[in-house]
Amino acid sequence: MEEYKLSVASSPHASSPVGTKNLMRDVLIALIPALAMGIYVFGPRALTMTLVSVVFCEIFEWLYCKIMHKPIPCGDLSAAITGVLLVFVCPVTLPYWTIIIGDAFAIIVVKQLFGGLGTNFLNPALGGRAFLMLCYPVPMTTWVLPGKANWASIVSAADAVTGSTPLSNDLMKNSILPDASLADMFIGNIGGCVGEVSAIALLIGGIYMLAKGVIRIRIPAAYIITVAVLTLVFSRAPEDVNRVTWMLYEIFGGGLFLGAFFMATDYVTSPNTPKGEVIFGIGAGLLVVFIRYFGGYPEGVCYSILIMNICVWLIDKATLPHRFGVSAEMRKAEKEKAKAAKKAAKEGA
Amino acid sequence: MKQLFYGGVHPAEHKEATEQKPIQPLAKAPAQVVIPMSMHIGAPCKPTVQKGDTVLVGQMIGATAGLGAPIHASVSGTVVAVEPRPGTGGVPTLSVVIENDFQNTLSPDCKPRENVDALSSQEIIDIIRDAGCTGMGGAGFPTHVKISSAVGKADTIIVNGAECEPYITADHRLMLEHGEKIIGGVRFIMKALQLDHAFIGIEDNKMNAVNHLKELVGDAKDITVQALRTRYPQGAEKQLIQAITGREVPPGKLPADVGCCVFNAATTAAIYDAVALGQPVYQRVITITGSAVKNPVNLLAPVGTPFSHLIEEAGGFNGTPARVISGGPMMGFAQYDMSVTMGKASNCVLCLSKEDMPAVSANPTCIRCARCVNVCPMHLTPLFMNMFAKARRWSEVEEYRIMDCMECGSCQYICPARIPLVQQFRTAKFAIRQQAAKK
Repeated sequence: MEEYKLSVASSPHASSPVGTKNLMRDVLIALIPALAMGIYVFGPRALTMTLVSVVFCEIFEWLYCKIMHKPIPCGDLSAAITGVLLVFVCPVTLPYWTIIIGDAFAIIVVKQLFGGLGTNFLNPALGGRAFLMLCYPVPMTTWVLPGKANWASIVSAADAVTGSTPLSNDLMKNSILPDASLADMFIGNIGGCVGEVSAIALLIGGIYMLAKGVIRIRIPAAYIITVAVLTLVFSRAPEDVNRVTWMLYEIFGGGLFLGAFFMATDYVTSPNTPKGEVIFGIGAGLLVVFIRYFGGYPEGVCYSILIMNICVWLIDKATLPHRFGVSAEMRKAEKEKAKAAKKAAKEGA
Repeated sequence: MKQLFYGGVHPAEHKEATEQKPIQPLAKAPAQVVIPMSMHIGAPCKPTVQKGDTVLVGQMIGATAGLGAPIHASVSGTVVAVEPRPGTGGVPTLSVVIENDFQNTLSPDCKPRENVDALSSQEIIDIIRDAGCTGMGGAGFPTHVKISSAVGKADTIIVNGAECEPYITADHRLMLEHGEKIIGGVRFIMKALQLDHAFIGIEDNKMNAVNHLKELVGDAKDITVQALRTRYPQGAEKQLIQAITGREVPPGKLPADVGCCVFNAATTAAIYDAVALGQPVYQRVITITGSAVKNPVNLLAPVGTPFSHLIEEAGGFNGTPARVISGGPMMGFAQYDMSVTMGKASNCVLCLSKEDMPAVSANPTCIRCARCVNVCPMHLTPLFMNMFAKARRWSEVEEYRIMDCMECGSCQYICPARIPLVQQFRTAKFAIRQQAAKK
């Protein structure tokens, strides 16, 4: 027989065709409709901002790993996703240098200082946004009205016509129905952050990821349904407005779809157990409504997810899948036994 | 009836290469067979022959020493050596080497049994024991022990025709071509266990086998042929029980503890051969396949045939093989020496070319995507087990129930970061067992 070399390894000797890079690429593809709507609504500056942000995120990741002598993770595209998402949650008028500071914070502080891909406990894009909100509150809350941008805005958007978002203090926060129609809300013909305005574009991206198996339905479904139910039951709609219509305004506005499909489903910062995912979604949904109703921010999606991110380890630990072969009755009996033992120990002491 | 288990994966099946090909005998008998004395769970057998002895086909050459099943000669000829030889498990195994005289003289003990219907439960179990029946799906648990420990305890008999591993078609062909043996074997098991009903579970990618067996059963009500979802690991004992009966086997317990007794389809046919035809287990159906062999085949080969000979029967290597596996791609063992031989539980020799090799990563990084949690049929959280195992924190790994892991490989298959999870878990289990032994 001819010469050949056999490789030996532990089973399994097969692997799924989907690797990390495929998943990240699919997320980027899913973001394209929302980006296209961002460009349509806010002009070409939306695109240039996104490109700048992506490039700088990759540069910061490469630099950090180079300086710290870590393996260079280039090509896994996760930094690119952070770059796109950070722009998506910022207003289009934000100066380029501010976005770059946000990128640096997101990649270096939020992601790499905690160990990089797979070990950061906060969503980098949302962490970056929270940081920018603290440092530059005015430019971060200056919104341009849709369709008012032009080519000149690529260089500077300082003279853009500004206005308020549907959920802001001037409108829904104080139970005033915005001028934008429900269709405007759904398509994205409203003021707001670059990537959050178009619910339908985000929905298309979300469905693409669900169909490709990139994300699972539990978190976005639990998140959106919770917000929908709460804003329907405890509606702040004025009397002349249909409650259901108002509820739709609430879920189409404020970046809820962006948060639900792209932020809350971030692998690293979301729970890993099926039950945990549902709890995470419900918790984030509750927080959104609390922040919108009682908090200082009109939309609340960013902080609801950041707060739930912090709880992920706790949720995971509490919601481990039931042990195979141990039925509910057996678990209950075990718990009661432990309880009785505790009680006995207490009484004994 | 609920026919589901949690999780699982669906790897590319690759069964098309051999599923249409009838089982064929070897074109050329092997010049030498090397029969390992350990083809089952339990203690290795004690050779009852010596160098220079002449043996006949079906003659006992290894006697049980403790838990086990006897071993029989698969060719007639002269014993040329009784010594350790390389085994498919990776360690040298005491083996009996027989030089084939190509006469194929059958031992006089192997003759069809008359009035099998009169046999009692215990007589059937004794015949199965003497014929050396072991689980032929992989683990190789002695069948007579399984039956006798389940008498009175089991209420459900399940025949495992799932064959969920990609590439393998040995059981599929057996069910198509020798369905009557499987039906006959099941009826013997039913008699031995004193039960009047049995299930045959087959994945629904083999509907021709399902329909064929259904036809054979006909109007009889004693056997239900059940089509199952095509999902790996459907053929894992605990998952099969869960899919068919909805029962979960508790940790550390046996199927008999939830009233189930599971037999591989090939084992069932072997039981028929043993009881009705008086033939001990000395041959079996084995699939030789993969992109690295010229002509994939299903063979009926004597136990102890070297892999090199089996590969020759499949036309030899087609270019350069990258990996040769005993068993399927998900749980099989990679081999480094082609002189290893097939045992009673060998259902496949899989030869992979470079293109079919699993993806590896130089720097695997867990992205916590939780795909592993979503596919684990044992309800585990492989990503946490891996995290603690990497840090060598064995007590935490144990808390995450690593000992429940059956190493089916679903998590590693699906892992987008290509983390060698199963290897990590094997290392961790070994360390935990060692630690426990020290105490």
